[in-house]
Amino acid sequence: MLMLGMILRRVCGGVLTLLIVSLVVFIGTNVLPGDATEAILGQSASPEAVAGLRHALGLDLPAHARYLHWLFGLVSGDPGVSLVNRLPVAQLIGPRLANSLLLTALTAALAVPLALLIGITTAIWRGSLYDRVANLAAVSLVAVPEFLLATVGVILFAVQLHWVSAMAKPSVGSLGEALQSFTLPVLTLSFAITAQMARMTRAALLGVLDSSYIEMARLKGVRPARLVLRHALRNAAGPIANAVALNLSSLLGGVIIVEVIFSYPGLAKLAVDAVETRDMPLVQACAMIFCTTFMLLVLAADICSILSNPRLRTG
Amino acid sequence: MSDASTIATARRRHYSALTQGGIALLLVWTALAAFGPYLAPHGPGEAAGAGVFAPMSAAHPLGTDYLGRDMLSRVLHGARYTIGVAMAATVLACICGVALGIFSAVRRGWTDSVIGRAADALISIPHLMFALVVVAAFGTSLPVLVLMAAITYVPGAFRFARALALDVNAMDFVEVARARGERTAYIVWAEILPNMVVPLLTDFGLRFVFVVLLLSGLSFLGLGIQPPNADWGALVRENISGIYEAAPAVLMPALAIAMLTISITLLIDGFSGRDRPMVR
Repeated sequence: MLMLGMILRRVCGGVLTLLIVSLVVFIGTNVLPGDATEAILGQSASPEAVAGLRHALGLDLPAHARYLHWLFGLVSGDPGVSLVNRLPVAQLIGPRLANSLLLTALTAALAVPLALLIGITTAIWRGSLYDRVANLAAVSLVAVPEFLLATVGVILFAVQLHWVSAMAKPSVGSLGEALQSFTLPVLTLSFAITAQMARMTRAALLGVLDSSYIEMARLKGVRPARLVLRHALRNAAGPIANAVALNLSSLLGGVIIVEVIFSYPGLAKLAVDAVETRDMPLVQACAMIFCTTFMLLVLAADICSILSNPRLRTG
Repeated sequence: MSDASTIATARRRHYSALTQGGIALLLVWTALAAFGPYLAPHGPGEAAGAGVFAPMSAAHPLGTDYLGRDMLSRVLHGARYTIGVAMAATVLACICGVALGIFSAVRRGWTDSVIGRAADALISIPHLMFALVVVAAFGTSLPVLVLMAAITYVPGAFRFARALALDVNAMDFVEVARARGERTAYIVWAEILPNMVVPLLTDFGLRFVFVVLLLSGLSFLGLGIQPPNADWGALVRENISGIYEAAPAVLMPALAIAMLTISITLLIDGFSGRDRPMVR
């Protein structure tokens, strides 16, 4: 019961935060005096035309009415009309969102098992050369900008070796084409989050390994591998799941850079293009999708920590 | 006794092995940011006459860019933007974050909840997405970029400082000062703040790394520093077409960023000693 209450409170907190975020996004994209009409009609438009369009777009309503209208539209799946090509935003976003989800799902499928493997093995052989090299590599990789990894990858594997394509496209016919298209973007995205995830996995395991029941097992002569896999891993599962979810949320920033570099037709590329053309309804919708996804992952991380706490489970 | 001292020296040696390189690199970059433009052999917009995307040579140690400008000079001039702008934003973010954090920790009550809730909301916007929204609304002028990056990292600095201040605030010497009847301002300034300095400095370093990565990422997208000025992220962007000639013009600015951020991260890792296998 206690647990359910905590999870419910976390979910409510998440919804409240998301409301504040929507307010920030709305105010941020509406604060400038020159609004959409100027972008559509140009600066030399007659006042009558401007007033007419403002009315048609609902821009003559007071701010709070526009906010509520936008928010309800967003929730009911109608985030408005693009200013640039007059298409419904939902129609623009749909296929792009699917592409982005594909890219991130592939990255997660590679990065999560790899990170767990590295995190667990470095914890087993802690202090070894392997551990120290892996740690150094992880610390460095976290600080490397995605576009360096991507450009080095393109120069090596696309330009020099001709193994893969420097452009990524989501529609692929065969496995070979898929490898050509996705190898570089997925690898680029995986590097940084794998490093961070492995570090956090290792730290979570080491935290458990310092407890006295592990000391007891060690004194009884349990081998390090068995100690970690059988005794420590179960109690570190919560923090590790927490680390995985948190790091997947940091993937969202990397996706923006990677989609642009590889001209991948995903949601992030759409958002960047919308910023360049100042297509506010599109920017708002993309921003809200990103924030909601981020929020959900953080929420998942929170719930993992709550679920894995046995004191709450019995309470 | 001798055991203890060998452990101590081993520890110290390990410490410096990880961090010395970091310190050296960091000093080089600081010097570059301060004196880069004076050291540069060419002006930032000056055509060097060696053709476009020239390879590395004695005359042009980093080659030339897509307009035939000397790349070394471009990187040296860009250092000021990359390091300077990020530094300004980080200082701003940390001052605001720390002030709010201590304020929240000492005041508690509803002020604490309101500030905390606002920080939660800001933190749940992915940083680059927040940057995109701000740029879409306010454009890419230098003050906007600095303020945007600062606001992005205030919540993190706030959370860190608040947790730290709560810890220090609960300590006996603070209790004693309070019993002595000292004013809150005095307690914050003379008792709490001095005990937060070291962790705050490591936090500052990490945050600086994130700001550098954020701003150069934004410039790489073409939504940061605008031409004719260029930070290192913008240099990568403008030369990206040279990637098929494997031109150093694409790689060098990106490497410069990586070297800066890696050196700071290594330094912090060495200082804070987290996950240092030898010590455990």
